[in-house]
Amino acid sequence: MSEVIDRPLRDDEKPAASRLRIVDCDVHPSLHSVDDLNEFLPKRWQQHLKEYGSHLRTPYLFTTPYPRSSPLIARRDAWPPTGGPPGSDLAFMQKQHLDPLDVEFGILQVLDLFIFSQQNLEFGAAIQRAINDWQLAFWSHRDPRLKASILVGQDGTDLAIAEIERCAKIGEYIQINVSPRANEPLGRRRYWPIYERAQALDLPLGIHVGGYGGHAPTGGGWPSYYVEEHQSNAHTIAAQLASLVIEGVPERFPKLKIVFIEGGFGWIPSAVWRMDQHFERFRSEVPHLKRKPSEYVREHFWFTTQPIDEPDEARHLRSLIEWVGVDRLLFSSDYPHWDFDDPRFAFKTPLTEAERKKIFSTNARAVYKF
Amino acid sequence: MARHIVARTSEIPPGGNKVVDIAGRDIVVFHVNGEFFALLNRCPHEGAPLEKAACVARLTSPEPGVYQRSRVGEMLRCPWHGWEFDMRNGQSWFDPKRFNIRSYPVAVERGDELQKGPYVAETFPVHVEDSYVIVEV
Ligand code: FES
Repeated sequence: MSEVIDRPLRDDEKPAASRLRIVDCDVHPSLHSVDDLNEFLPKRWQQHLKEYGSHLRTPYLFTTPYPRSSPLIARRDAWPPTGGPPGSDLAFMQKQHLDPLDVEFGILQVLDLFIFSQQNLEFGAAIQRAINDWQLAFWSHRDPRLKASILVGQDGTDLAIAEIERCAKIGEYIQINVSPRANEPLGRRRYWPIYERAQALDLPLGIHVGGYGGHAPTGGGWPSYYVEEHQSNAHTIAAQLASLVIEGVPERFPKLKIVFIEGGFGWIPSAVWRMDQHFERFRSEVPHLKRKPSEYVREHFWFTTQPIDEPDEARHLRSLIEWVGVDRLLFSSDYPHWDFDDPRFAFKTPLTEAERKKIFSTNARAVYKF
Repeated sequence: MARHIVARTSEIPPGGNKVVDIAGRDIVVFHVNGEFFALLNRCPHEGAPLEKAACVARLTSPEPGVYQRSRVGEMLRCPWHGWEFDMRNGQSWFDPKRFNIRSYPVAVERGDELQKGPYVAETFPVHVEDSYVIVEV
């Protein structure tokens, strides 16, 4: 008689393919220390970093992002046991985030060194270039789940184009990230050469909210509280959506894909309703637009989910998702930041299996072509 | 409810906590100003581990610019989205009608009290150096 006991497979032993593996469109890696960049940063800029550091346009003292709710805006449980800031230890990130949540692909979003807010454009370009190399050497090449983006500051447009070309030759980057708060609204013509390259290379344009440009983060000026400032992520991105659509970027670049990251999606319906309504009335002002704004939004733009709004009634979230379109949403966790969303609990409304699959995986796979 | 000895009092320093597995449940025991509290180690919002929560004060403000702290160390601030909970009963201070953390009765008893049994044997002087934290689940 056989002694072998046929034991049913536990959930964690099932082959990965039978489970929903997720694509996380917003994972924040951090430098362990700025010395990590030395091998990628010319001596001249290493020296600059030491002697002058960042030159930002924030007008008040202490308006830098520390601590913004919690030190380094991080989850309190995300500090690696080996030291260094949250997001700086690959093994810990794998153990705490990628493995247990079954992340098939994670898209890196680097915010270190105020990367998009540097006023010295050459210095900004040098650290963007160094960070682009660092993403491959320290992350993607050590864990192929992690995907790198080409970070460029669009105000130094020539420098940005050169960097896009350099990285595109390497061929491993999956999108081009530009600043959410540039000197001018993102639809302006001065930035079009970047959009033209993104379209030609078939790389989505990623716009991650945050950072410090020269403008107040709200249209009404500088907020007094962090909770007040945090709301402004939605206003900023709504303004940039309007600028891109109404200045004619999707009309001019019909194959361009644009992903708004960390702006949530609760604000989209009213922003788009208003654009459509006004477009009907004022279309003679913008004859370059051939279609309603909502049509451009539904074809060219995607939105990552975090932070998910949590209305009192689950059905309101449900109708929001339906209105925005299940096809437009890409799951993101924002790991390791304090407002991280856990994919198992974040959507406080029922989703069908097909909808889950789209939001957590196949939409992103289609946009980024994994 | 069964009583579980989970720690010596000296094992959990003031402001610290200890995570224990009781009957398959992940429970975290906090020590605040000489008192002990036991809660399920899971935030009811998205499941963050409460062992990493900050032990903060209750902060109230009768008007803008005036702040008052009370019950120092007794409020738990979730390590993720910062929802706050009262350690005494697990009650959420954010949308309190809908959320609370499961909490458990805790007692501190001296070692010699725990040892009492039905038989009395020959006794020797005992020097008890420590008390034990008991959680009822
Ligand atoms: S998981 Fe605790 S507040 Fe969200």
